[in-house]
Amino acid sequence: MMYNKQSIIELAKQSQRFDGRGFTDYRQPILITTNISKTAEGSARVQIGDTVIMAGVKLAIEKPYNDTPDEGGIMVNVELTPMSNPDFEPGPPGIDAVELARVVDRGIREAKAIDMKKLCLVPGEKAWFVTIDLITVNVAGNLFDAAGLAALAALKSAFFPVCDPETGVIDYKQKTNKALPLLKEPLPVTVFKICGSLFLDVTLEEEKAAEARLTISSDPDGTISALQKGGTAPLTLEDIERMIDLATEKAAFLRKELNRTIA
Amino acid sequence: MTYTKRLDGRALNELRPMKARTGVIPNADGSAEFIIGKTQAIAAVYGPREMFPKFKQNPRSGILRCFYSMMPFSGSGERIRPGTSRRSQEIALVMTKALEPVVDLSAFPNAVVDVFVEFPQTDAGTRCAAISAAAMALADAGIPMKDMVSAVAVGQVDGTVVADLTYDEEAYDGIVSDIPVAMIHNTKELTLLQMDGEISKAQLMKALQLAKEATEKIYAEQVRALKEKFAPDQRKAGQSEE
Repeated sequence: MMYNKQSIIELAKQSQRFDGRGFTDYRQPILITTNISKTAEGSARVQIGDTVIMAGVKLAIEKPYNDTPDEGGIMVNVELTPMSNPDFEPGPPGIDAVELARVVDRGIREAKAIDMKKLCLVPGEKAWFVTIDLITVNVAGNLFDAAGLAALAALKSAFFPVCDPETGVIDYKQKTNKALPLLKEPLPVTVFKICGSLFLDVTLEEEKAAEARLTISSDPDGTISALQKGGTAPLTLEDIERMIDLATEKAAFLRKELNRTIA
Repeated sequence: MTYTKRLDGRALNELRPMKARTGVIPNADGSAEFIIGKTQAIAAVYGPREMFPKFKQNPRSGILRCFYSMMPFSGSGERIRPGTSRRSQEIALVMTKALEPVVDLSAFPNAVVDVFVEFPQTDAGTRCAAISAAAMALADAGIPMKDMVSAVAVGQVDGTVVADLTYDEEAYDGIVSDIPVAMIHNTKELTLLQMDGEISKAQLMKALQLAKEATEKIYAEQVRALKEKFAPDQRKAGQSEE
């Protein structure tokens, strides 16, 4: 049987989901594997249901920005590869990839998850810059949560490469035992509104039936570090409050899965 | 001849450890992963599907189209800028030419079969791993194929002919030649042949002889992985007949 927008909405009215899950249940399996790429400074593969994404962290030394001379920096890039979904086409990142990259970026940056001052080597001259690349392998819904989880897992598994202090040349083949200075563990959770009800970990079919979505990045202590509303329908204050409660609860659940993987 | 012992201790004709499997991307019509040493290729096949833009359609046959992409963190040095480069375009071209001779798309006019290959990590030999993975993914997708294509690099490091060069061997201080080769299993014909570096005719012929033996080993792993997926079905069918 094919599930389209109409059948998903009909089921939602009867408090049902086409795969039998409760509205706030995540798909299984949730698999997190780190160090999947020997060439990256940190890396991870995250699978939620059939959605699979890979994250890789690369470190490079660059000149700090003029307004933050004693800090390093981060950049998040997303590639929605044509390998991962028949609807994706080759070419430069489209608006969906840009939005996803910026939401993951904000979640990490605004939470001050990375100690930017510790990335500085010589103020005004040299600092470490962190690039997180998120590459989709199989896109089957809820990419935001999978991407945020993969980014954090890759950051947690990242180690600085050996760098010659005299010449400044980086030997990417050798890693030090110095980990990236992480201060917090923000994770995004995306809540979808379908026919007035709130859904978590939606499939692609459900995504198409949704009126609105809200992505909420939160820390272990419940501090919110990024918000992004999507979809066409407006949200009420009551919706938003319930969405935040759901997101912080599920972020804790995902964080537990992550910390079980990375001891 | 000074290169008598390989940097990673392998025998001269020895390939790095291989691991292949199919069906790694649920959304794709066919998919495969081919790992050789630290080089890991993931291939997805979509199609036959309608070719866009339309003016590229061929009413006589379907078209095979390959794409090659290294993930930005998969290079041995600095981050690689995402998106196509002159290098990735050329590799996509030679991949297509390496696979076309065994793929029969005459039953799919105006259609395209897309092959996408991505690498989470690499240590040389990427175009060969891409072709080996792509051939498996095409088979996994049920695309009509006359034969199998298996690819591996051979070459010469400081006077010694070796199979499956690593990045460190390609960068060896001495005269090095790197020769990626793809071979059709039954006919032993070459569908990919490139080289960079310098080599004598005698050494080249010796390297190509070695390629025959080396691609056989790739072929064995490709077949093993395909059987792993399709053989259980055969067994089931056999049981139902009883």
